[in-house]
Amino acid sequence: MSDRWRSLLEKICIPIGALVAALVLFGLFCALAGANPFGVYYSIYRAAFGSWSSFQNTLIQASPLMLSALCTALPARLGLVIIGNEGALVLGGLAAVAGGLTLGGWGLPTPGVQLGMALAGMLAGGIWIAIVGALRHYRAVNETISSLLMNYIAIALLNHMVNGPMKDPSSLNKPSTYPIPEMHMLGNLPGSRVHYGLVLGLVACGLAYFLIQRTTFGFAARTAGGNIRAARVAGLPVGKLTLAICFLGGACAGLAGMVEVAAVHGRANESLNANYGYGGVLVAFIARHNPIAASLVALLLGGILASGGILQRSHGLPDATVMVFQGLVFLSVLYSDSLYGRLPIFKARPARPASPPMATATPV
Amino acid sequence: MRNPTFQVTRRQAIRGLLATGAFGLTVKLSGCSTSPTAAGGSDTLTAGFVYVGPKDDYGYNQAHAEGRASLDAIEGVKTSEEASVPETNAVQETMRSMIDIDGATAIFATSFGYFDPHVLALAKDFPEVQFFHCGGMYQEGVHPENVGSYFGYIDEAQYVAGVVAAHASNSKRLGFIAAKPIPQVLRNVNSFTLGARSIDPSITTQVIFTGDWADPVREAEAANSMADQGIDVLTCHVDSPKVVIETAERRGIFATGYHANQAELAPQGYLTGAEWDWSNVYKNYVSLMQEGKTLMNGGIPHLVRGGFKDGFLKLSPFGPAVSASAQQAAEAAQAQLVSGELVIYKGEIKDNKGKTVIAGGKELGQTAVELEQMNWLAEGVMGSVG
Amino acid sequence: MATEALGLWGVPLAIIAGTLRGSVPFLFVSLGECLTEKSGKINLGLEGTLLMGAMSAYAVSYLTGSPWLGVITAGIAGMFLGLIHGWLSQQPRVNDVAVGIAMIIFGSGLAFFLGKPFIQPSAPQLPTLSLAGWTQIPQLESALSISPLFILGVAIAPLMQWFFRSSRWGLLVRAVGDSPDAAKAMGISIFKVRMASIVAGSFLAGIGGASLSLFYPGSWSERISSGQGLMAVALVIFARWNPVQCLYASLLFGGAQAIGPAMQSVGIDAYYYLFNASPYILTLLIMVITCSPKRTLTGAPGSLGQAQE
Repeated sequence: MSDRWRSLLEKICIPIGALVAALVLFGLFCALAGANPFGVYYSIYRAAFGSWSSFQNTLIQASPLMLSALCTALPARLGLVIIGNEGALVLGGLAAVAGGLTLGGWGLPTPGVQLGMALAGMLAGGIWIAIVGALRHYRAVNETISSLLMNYIAIALLNHMVNGPMKDPSSLNKPSTYPIPEMHMLGNLPGSRVHYGLVLGLVACGLAYFLIQRTTFGFAARTAGGNIRAARVAGLPVGKLTLAICFLGGACAGLAGMVEVAAVHGRANESLNANYGYGGVLVAFIARHNPIAASLVALLLGGILASGGILQRSHGLPDATVMVFQGLVFLSVLYSDSLYGRLPIFKARPARPASPPMATATPV
Repeated sequence: MRNPTFQVTRRQAIRGLLATGAFGLTVKLSGCSTSPTAAGGSDTLTAGFVYVGPKDDYGYNQAHAEGRASLDAIEGVKTSEEASVPETNAVQETMRSMIDIDGATAIFATSFGYFDPHVLALAKDFPEVQFFHCGGMYQEGVHPENVGSYFGYIDEAQYVAGVVAAHASNSKRLGFIAAKPIPQVLRNVNSFTLGARSIDPSITTQVIFTGDWADPVREAEAANSMADQGIDVLTCHVDSPKVVIETAERRGIFATGYHANQAELAPQGYLTGAEWDWSNVYKNYVSLMQEGKTLMNGGIPHLVRGGFKDGFLKLSPFGPAVSASAQQAAEAAQAQLVSGELVIYKGEIKDNKGKTVIAGGKELGQTAVELEQMNWLAEGVMGSVG
Repeated sequence: MATEALGLWGVPLAIIAGTLRGSVPFLFVSLGECLTEKSGKINLGLEGTLLMGAMSAYAVSYLTGSPWLGVITAGIAGMFLGLIHGWLSQQPRVNDVAVGIAMIIFGSGLAFFLGKPFIQPSAPQLPTLSLAGWTQIPQLESALSISPLFILGVAIAPLMQWFFRSSRWGLLVRAVGDSPDAAKAMGISIFKVRMASIVAGSFLAGIGGASLSLFYPGSWSERISSGQGLMAVALVIFARWNPVQCLYASLLFGGAQAIGPAMQSVGIDAYYYLFNASPYILTLLIMVITCSPKRTLTGAPGSLGQAQE
């Protein structure tokens, strides 16, 4: 067996092994709670991947996570740990509504309005995370904490706007903004109930991968992420890189907010704050900040979320069960990352170099 | 300890938890969920229930879940339920899966925010399935035929609670902890106040908005600061009133409950409470459907709303602190609401800025559309909707 | 029964009372996080620990009738989650922030799952100490009934300060947090020190949870923590990794929760969403003002946020 095959096998076996381990743990948990683990496995499979209809559910749940994950994954290339996805997402949604209503009011045709909404959402999310980047670069404010705080501030801002200045007076018992006219909404992919957000998510993940791996910008970012001081010495514009990459990350989360508004809700209200942000952070970390891998991990999480209902309805397990499942899967997958290069069966006969550096992490 | 089907899962759960050791002390489990099986025979009616929060929240969602549980005793009815479903497209997927996998032919979507766009979208995809939404949003001609709305005028019960509160209060100051200044909530605040002021016009109600349907710390904080202000009866409109009731009891003041019966939490100070009676409503729907009536064939009305008279509401049994005269006054008010003699929103009513909102001589019955759009606080309420 | 209204005087009183009541969970979680971060690791998962602590304390208090047993159990439940975090976040190539978020989901999921049967019943609460024997005003009496946990927390803060400054063990923790390489060269087991710090920190966070369910608001429900566990991470930075300053910061955050309702209770009620966000805005502002790219923060553990070897 050649080294290449060995390493490929390792990359396939470790994540699968992690999933199996999580399933075994979860099965034990279900057994303790009085449910038949094998019945539970079958139900999860049936509800998440079992038929085209249930797989669509998985895709629907996954698409906002793909975009949201990039908000963490892109800045991570510069060594920044940003968890402000939720904030960027809700503000993106809010701005998209504002943009859509304004442009729709001017009588622009649908493609124009949709483009405008997307740009408004991206701009809002982008600026929000760029602020985090700027605070990091110019004031050395810890980006993890500031982005966390800015989540709370963004959600308060959303609530304030939809309950006050942007409220549609006819949205009586659920304060919301004015709705985007039906004709300007994003539709579904032909022959499915999956909206175009999935395409946007996949395209964004692809573009992000290309940007990081194949462009000079990405090369500069990766270099700077490896060693900021060395990058400064080498004359790389670290400040501009920080702002640009934070803006791009935030723009992706903002776009996720726009998709939620333009494809699902039709207006902005507190439902926008649906934990896609923290889900995205987790997806990014599990994908080791590789955009292509992020789209696959998002599918996995989407599948878990899609199967949450069946656990309640068919097995009498409480609503929190899906959180336990999610937690076990993620803890197990995170742990499995440490196993690369440590399992004897995947070790090449001549000693391999130690664990590969982070930047070359590979798709799951 | 609510119904027999819980027993089995509870016992299993106990066995499971005992096995885990660390939590082996858990012996008083209750309210694990049932495990409704998938669609039965052709004459079995399968109904799916969707809740926005945990179904054991001692409040809004629990009231619905208890209504659902009352259907277990009915022959030929199967139910399927899912809790903590957010108001995103996740709820569409849940309803779809209830229809596709569990074979549900009727869906009860119990959260206000499920209606637009989620219930409407599904109703288009499944014209043969009936969708019942809790919130009274249905509009003839605008919404699909297979969609219906149901809602209760719980402000009637709040009015009666206000009557009881007025008798109990020494300081003549009542407190209302509310989630958000939306019409449904404002209507409860106003009815509670009008009920109290029907006994003593000098009574005032302080309202505090927490901004969130569930925020225990802020609710407790609001309850405490009201107690500090000398307010001696509290009530609330939040998803789970547990914290408010418990805080009132600890501060030695009275409270009236909401959504469900919270008497156990405040054996001294619990006066009464405005409760939903969804079991009644759900049983009615089910018996109509079993007779072959549907929304589509006109057998079931699209808008089902009601108060005490129609069995949508009930009052919690009166607590020990309720005097005989208070009880009498409350029962009289309830009887008058049932008979229609008493109209809560009867002019002249001023708002708390002195503006007349309902002209003298004008009566707004419970179905009046003006009440659905309420954006004012009645005279005697301290606070603002701004 | 309360008879007199205090009017505007009620506002400062409500804020003081709210501070004494509401700061307890912040205090314990931030002290726990402080200890954890001093050893060079971040534990974002304390939100889950807090919920687990709140649930287990309430459950045990209900089942045994002893709230103090509940407090101990909460600490032990916290340690159990801390063990997972401590072990996992020290594996090679595993990021502590990611583990933290996974632990939030796992911890709160577990707490919700096991806590279902305990939402309904009322559990015995921790006794409170009254410092108001001298007054007849019921508002003051209530404001000054202090949880023994608060006093415990107030005592732990300077103790922890002393621990870091003067004790051998404290020096070990700081050495591991500041320069792991040097500590390693001295023959200290980084793994063990960090594990111990994280587990002890989680113990404190679990007790913070117990204060939520057994003191204030004094109830178990799934929304009992409104992000206090996550906020603790910010609070520690706010406090410059100094335990005594954690105490002050907790008082500030606890008081901030009371501002909105207290203002509304006397009739000032615009912009409550923004009011409710005031602690976050304040923390961010203070961070912006006090941080500087020219120097690292005093007290900041040198290895915090750096990748695991």
